[in-house]
Amino acid sequence: MSAKAKTIVCENVWKTFHLHAGQKLLRHHIASWLGKDPAHEFHALKGVTFDVAKGEGLAVIGSNGAGKSTLLSIVTGLARPEKGVVQVNGRVAALLELGSGFHPDLTGRENVYLNAALLGFSGQQTKDMFDGVVEFAGVREFIDEPLRAYSNGMMLRLAFSVAVNANPDVFIIDEVLAVGDQDFQAKCYERIRGFRRSGKTFLCVSHNPQILLELCDRAIWLDQGEMMMCDKISDVIEAYEGRAAVR
Amino acid sequence: MRLCSTHPKSKAMWHGDYWFLLTNLIFKDFRIRYRNMSLGMLWSLLNPLIMLVVYTFVFTKIFTTTVEHWVVFILCGIIPFNFFAVAWLSGTTSLVDNAGLIKRVTVPREIIPITSVLSNCLHLAIQIALLLTMVIITGVGVNVYWLFLPLIWALELLTVIGMALLFSALNVYVRDTRYFVESANLVLFWLVPIFYPFSMIPAQFKDLYQYNPVAALVLAMREIVLDAKAPSAGLLTKLALVSFFALGTGYLFFRRMKPGFYSHL
Repeated sequence: MSAKAKTIVCENVWKTFHLHAGQKLLRHHIASWLGKDPAHEFHALKGVTFDVAKGEGLAVIGSNGAGKSTLLSIVTGLARPEKGVVQVNGRVAALLELGSGFHPDLTGRENVYLNAALLGFSGQQTKDMFDGVVEFAGVREFIDEPLRAYSNGMMLRLAFSVAVNANPDVFIIDEVLAVGDQDFQAKCYERIRGFRRSGKTFLCVSHNPQILLELCDRAIWLDQGEMMMCDKISDVIEAYEGRAAVR
Repeated sequence: MRLCSTHPKSKAMWHGDYWFLLTNLIFKDFRIRYRNMSLGMLWSLLNPLIMLVVYTFVFTKIFTTTVEHWVVFILCGIIPFNFFAVAWLSGTTSLVDNAGLIKRVTVPREIIPITSVLSNCLHLAIQIALLLTMVIITGVGVNVYWLFLPLIWALELLTVIGMALLFSALNVYVRDTRYFVESANLVLFWLVPIFYPFSMIPAQFKDLYQYNPVAALVLAMREIVLDAKAPSAGLLTKLALVSFFALGTGYLFFRRMKPGFYSHL
C-alpha cells in the first residue's frame, strides 16, 4: 500500500518519563544539580512501530502500565516522543478520559460549546452542529442542568457525541465506551462503523474484547512498553489472553 | 499533517478558531467564579469598598494624611495593584490548575495563562466603574485625559500576560514558583505607591521606580485622574518598554518550555 493511504505512521517510537518529574519542588532541582538524585528513568514506550491505513480500526491492548495511553497521547499530539517518527495525517479528535475538557459547574449546553471550541470549531459551526450533538447524546431534557448532575453514562454520551460530530479524520478513544449502556454502545458502534466506511481511521484502547472485536480489525499488543504483536484482532486477543492465563 | 521526530519541530497541530476558544474559556471562568456565589458580582464591588473603608479609617484616624481627595488617591493605587497581583498569581498557577486540559486536549497551551489573566478583566471593569463613581461623588470630575486609560491599561495587560506566560511555565517545572509570586506580591504592595504619593520617594529612586510596571501605572493613573494632565512621555515610554520586554521574554520562555509540560504535569 502506498504511503499516501496511511493516516498514522509510527516508527521506532520511544517515550521516557523521569520519575518524580511531576511534583518537582525547588529542593528536588537543587538535589539533582548537586548530583545527589540518581535519574530514575522509566521507558513507557520502547521502539514501537506500526501504521494505520485509512478506514482501518486499530486496537491497542495490554495490561495496566503497558504504555497504551502514552501511545494514544503521542498519536493525539499531546506528548512528544524522545526518539522516533510520528506522522498523523488529518484532524484528530480524542476521548482520552471521561470528562476531560468538561467542567462540572457548567451546564450541558455550555460544556458542548466549550468542548467544540477546544476541538477548534467556530461559533457558527458549533451552533450548526449543536442539535445533532444533543440528539445523538439523548440528553435533551438535561441540557441546561449543570454537568455535576449527570451520571457517568450521560457525560460519556455528551462527550462522545461532541467528538463524533466533530467529524475528525482520526478518532481516538481510551477506554471510555464501557460506561455507556447497551443502547448507546450500539449507537456508538454504528457511528464508528459508518465512520470507517467513509475512510476515517479509528484507534481504541479497551480491556473489553467484545468492544474491540466489534470495532477494530487489527490490534497491537504492548507489554511494558514493548510491542509484542501486531496482527489481526482475533489473533492478538487470543495470544494476549493465552499469555495472561499462563501467568 | 503533523510530524514529530528526534528534532521536534512540529507544526501547530491545532487549527481552530482562537477567538471562539478564548471567549469560551473566559466565559467558563466567569460562570464558575460567579455562579457559586450568592452575591455574585457584588463581591467584585464589595471587596474594594471594604478595603477602602479600612484604609480610610487607618489613614485618617490613626496616621493622618494630608493627601487631597484621599479616596480617589487610594483607589488609583489599589485598583492597579489588585489587578496585577491577582492576575499574576492566577496566571502563574493556571497551567498546573488546568493540568487536565494540558494532558488530555490538544488546545494551544499559550491560551491557558492568557485566558486566566483576561478573566480578571470583568473584576477590573467593575472596580474602574467604582473609581468613576467616586470621582463624580467627590467632585474630582472626569477629564479628557481619561482617554489615555485604555492605552496604559493595555500596556499593563501585555505586561501581566508576559509575566503569566513566564511564571506559569516555570511553575510547571518548579512548583515553589507560586509561593515566590505570593511573596513578591506582598513586597510589591509596599513598593507601589498606594498609600504614599510619588513625591515622597527619594530622588535617587524615582527613575528606578518608574520601571516597576505597577508603580508606573499608578503614577499614570494619578496624573490622569487627579492632576488632570496627560501622563508624561518618559513614563509612557518606560511602561511600553517594560511591557514589550515582559511579553517577549514570557513568550520565548513559554515556547521553549512547553514541549515538556505533558511529562511534568
